[in-house]
Amino acid sequence: MLTYTLKRLLAAIPTLLIVITISFFLMRVAPGGPFDGERQLPPEIEANLKAAYHLDEPLPMQYLRYMGNLLQGDFGPSFKYKDFSVTELIAQGFPVSLEIGGLAMLLALLLGLPMGIIAAVRRNSAVDYAVMGTALAGIAVPNFVIAPILALVFGVLLAWLPAGGWNGGAWPNLVLPVIALSIQQIAYIARMMRASMIEVLGSHYIRTARAKGLSERQVIWRHAIRPALLPVTSYLGPAIAGIITGSVVIEQIFGIPGIGRYFVQAALNRDYTLVMGTVVFYGALIVLMNLLVDLLYSALDPQIRYDD
Amino acid sequence: MLRQSHTLLGALALSSLSLTTLAVATPAQAETLDIGVMGELASFDTSQVSGGVWESQILMDVYEGLLKENPEGEIMPGMATDWDISEDGKTYTFRLREGATWSDGEPVTAEDFVFGWQHLLDPASASKYAYLLYPIKNAKAVNTGDKPLDALGVTSLDGGKTLQVHLESPTPYFLQLLTHYTAYPVPKHAVEKYGDDWVKMNNIVTNGAFKPVEWISQSRISVEKNPEYYDADEVSLDGVNYFNTEDRNAAISRFRAGELDIIRDYPSSRYQWLEKNLPEATHLSPMLGSYYYVLNARDGRPTADKRVREALNLVIRRKVLSKQIMAGSFKEAYSLVPPGTSHYDVQHMDGVEGDYAKRLAKAKQLLKKAGYGPDHPLNLGLRYNTSDEHKKIAIAIAAMWKPLGVNVEMTNAEATVHYQTLQQGDFDVARAGWIADYNDAQNFLSLLRSGVGNNYGAYSNPAYDKLLDRAASTQDLDKREALLEKAENVALDDYALVPLLYYVTRNLVDPSIRGWQDNAEDDHPSRWVSFAE
Repeated sequence: MLTYTLKRLLAAIPTLLIVITISFFLMRVAPGGPFDGERQLPPEIEANLKAAYHLDEPLPMQYLRYMGNLLQGDFGPSFKYKDFSVTELIAQGFPVSLEIGGLAMLLALLLGLPMGIIAAVRRNSAVDYAVMGTALAGIAVPNFVIAPILALVFGVLLAWLPAGGWNGGAWPNLVLPVIALSIQQIAYIARMMRASMIEVLGSHYIRTARAKGLSERQVIWRHAIRPALLPVTSYLGPAIAGIITGSVVIEQIFGIPGIGRYFVQAALNRDYTLVMGTVVFYGALIVLMNLLVDLLYSALDPQIRYDD
Repeated sequence: MLRQSHTLLGALALSSLSLTTLAVATPAQAETLDIGVMGELASFDTSQVSGGVWESQILMDVYEGLLKENPEGEIMPGMATDWDISEDGKTYTFRLREGATWSDGEPVTAEDFVFGWQHLLDPASASKYAYLLYPIKNAKAVNTGDKPLDALGVTSLDGGKTLQVHLESPTPYFLQLLTHYTAYPVPKHAVEKYGDDWVKMNNIVTNGAFKPVEWISQSRISVEKNPEYYDADEVSLDGVNYFNTEDRNAAISRFRAGELDIIRDYPSSRYQWLEKNLPEATHLSPMLGSYYYVLNARDGRPTADKRVREALNLVIRRKVLSKQIMAGSFKEAYSLVPPGTSHYDVQHMDGVEGDYAKRLAKAKQLLKKAGYGPDHPLNLGLRYNTSDEHKKIAIAIAAMWKPLGVNVEMTNAEATVHYQTLQQGDFDVARAGWIADYNDAQNFLSLLRSGVGNNYGAYSNPAYDKLLDRAASTQDLDKREALLEKAENVALDDYALVPLLYYVTRNLVDPSIRGWQDNAEDDHPSRWVSFAE
């Protein structure tokens, strides 16, 4: 297990390098630079700006400079948010996105898994249709529709919860963003779990278990759920990485200082260093989550082992 | 069974952990103002600021320049108590306020202004707004690196009690300019002590009514009353929180929920609802800003032909744009320089108001003369930066040009790409807007001057340029006004652009707030604000 983990981590390095390199050059290809805006800069000022950020150097040289800094752990300053370095921005924003995303995923699992199991077990019944109908609605209605409605109903009209703001992470401010963020996930997980359960429940060993005289409850809990979790688990890897890096929509609407908005905002601003920082960070997270998921596999399915 | 209770317990534990993160919220003081601003401050170093209204709100609360603004937006003494202007209008001598200090108790001296302005113009600072101080002697040369920093025409006299400024030429709007954040002082002693880290929250010192205490990036900036401020007794508020509320609709929800006292913008599409449901809170007022379409005057473009430009202007029904399309949340414009500009009468483009049928007929005739007709239709590329508002207006205008037989191909792009394309001159017609940096017509008229970067359409008329030059060296304000108005008429007679709308300031302000007034610059220093009893 250990050697497997180490091998995976080592293999991640060339992957990340490729991601970084492609992103670096791809970003420079996009038209416009960090200093294009409504007010055209006088040429001498633009020249000053470019020189200050080494943007007047040939591209390969800028790349080497960036990689050199990166190896020393320096992601550089943000072009747009001048008082903060990229490391500071990510360090400030990530715990926030992690909390909201983590809670949302937890909620999604707590609700989605049982929903999927019940729907599978009571297949083609009214319960099944109700659960799946709700799930479909959850997938179909976009975040930016649900979030403002939640804010309006619970924040303004009922005034039960804050309509927005982070407030240092006070729990009333967490409720609406977590719910809004989790709805789609609940739906996906429910549907996936249902499909997976149905497949598992039709397999030979379940038939054997039933034939042996086990109660339906024992069949489901002891023999069906674990294998049924496998597809959900492989979905969870990248899904968790995605959700804990924040949702730009939720963060914008509720005013949450996470890193989600950097993914969009930084690109729009052509804030090269911040874009690269978020890309590297996200890439590393995905690699890590995929590794964790694969390790989790072996816990779920004894047939999967990583010893040589 | 054991395994299940593990997971269940685990889940319970995690959720109770999060429930106990009852983090301490910002203490709900009775006299703290909560403002929703529409973007994130770039920096507390004024040379690094990107120029948004949201930034000037915060900066004018923590810093104070030689002059400051009252709630009506009128200038009054700030760090300078009085000043002299020389006969030739090129030398200003300011006497600094006795006892004015930074928030750490160190006195504010003329040195801080010299240092600050040199820092702004230093090529190494790469400041986007350095050009605003170009009226100062040698400023441009310093900014391009042709002259050293100390060649800048500003000196500290009398041991720091007096600041003397030499200008390149008499600049009637110079005093106005001094309220802009580019002219704020910089705490020399702090920069010398901390270097670039002087802007960090535990190091920063400011000289305004408030001082920064906390910055949670992308969420909230908090400032506290500055006890060292010379007028601290007159400042009602204990502090201000600025929340980054870029999503304007979400900001309205938070305002209605009582979480914000002021929001600094709302979508124009919500104006009618707000007028109806929150009439006392909804503010709409003229602003020194112009929304217009650039017409590309470069050779080879259909819009290089004056007849085409006139025709395009004639058939636009601007009142429809302001009243119907923008639901009353913009004002129709027939000129470039907006109303409310100091010492300036609003001009009017000829022939674009009145009998529509006549205008349409004339426009058709003009296009015919220019060689366009059913077998040679006029095809125009129209560019705008992505936004619902710009889209609505573009569609409306394309529809208004349709009776002329004009085919419009619309392209939208995000702001960065849009302005880059404009810079490259790769368009026929393009949307642009300009908000005044300072209250003077010259700021708008320079947009049509030959060779200026923001003159996207490359309009060039030597008569126009000459009039602007003459105005620049005229000290008599009335004579200057006449010259500037004449210049604008030259451009309007040339149909150099398509003026469409004047910007308005849009704010939601809790009715219990006092000391907050609509003004053309949309500047609202929190130092005057208080809550009614």
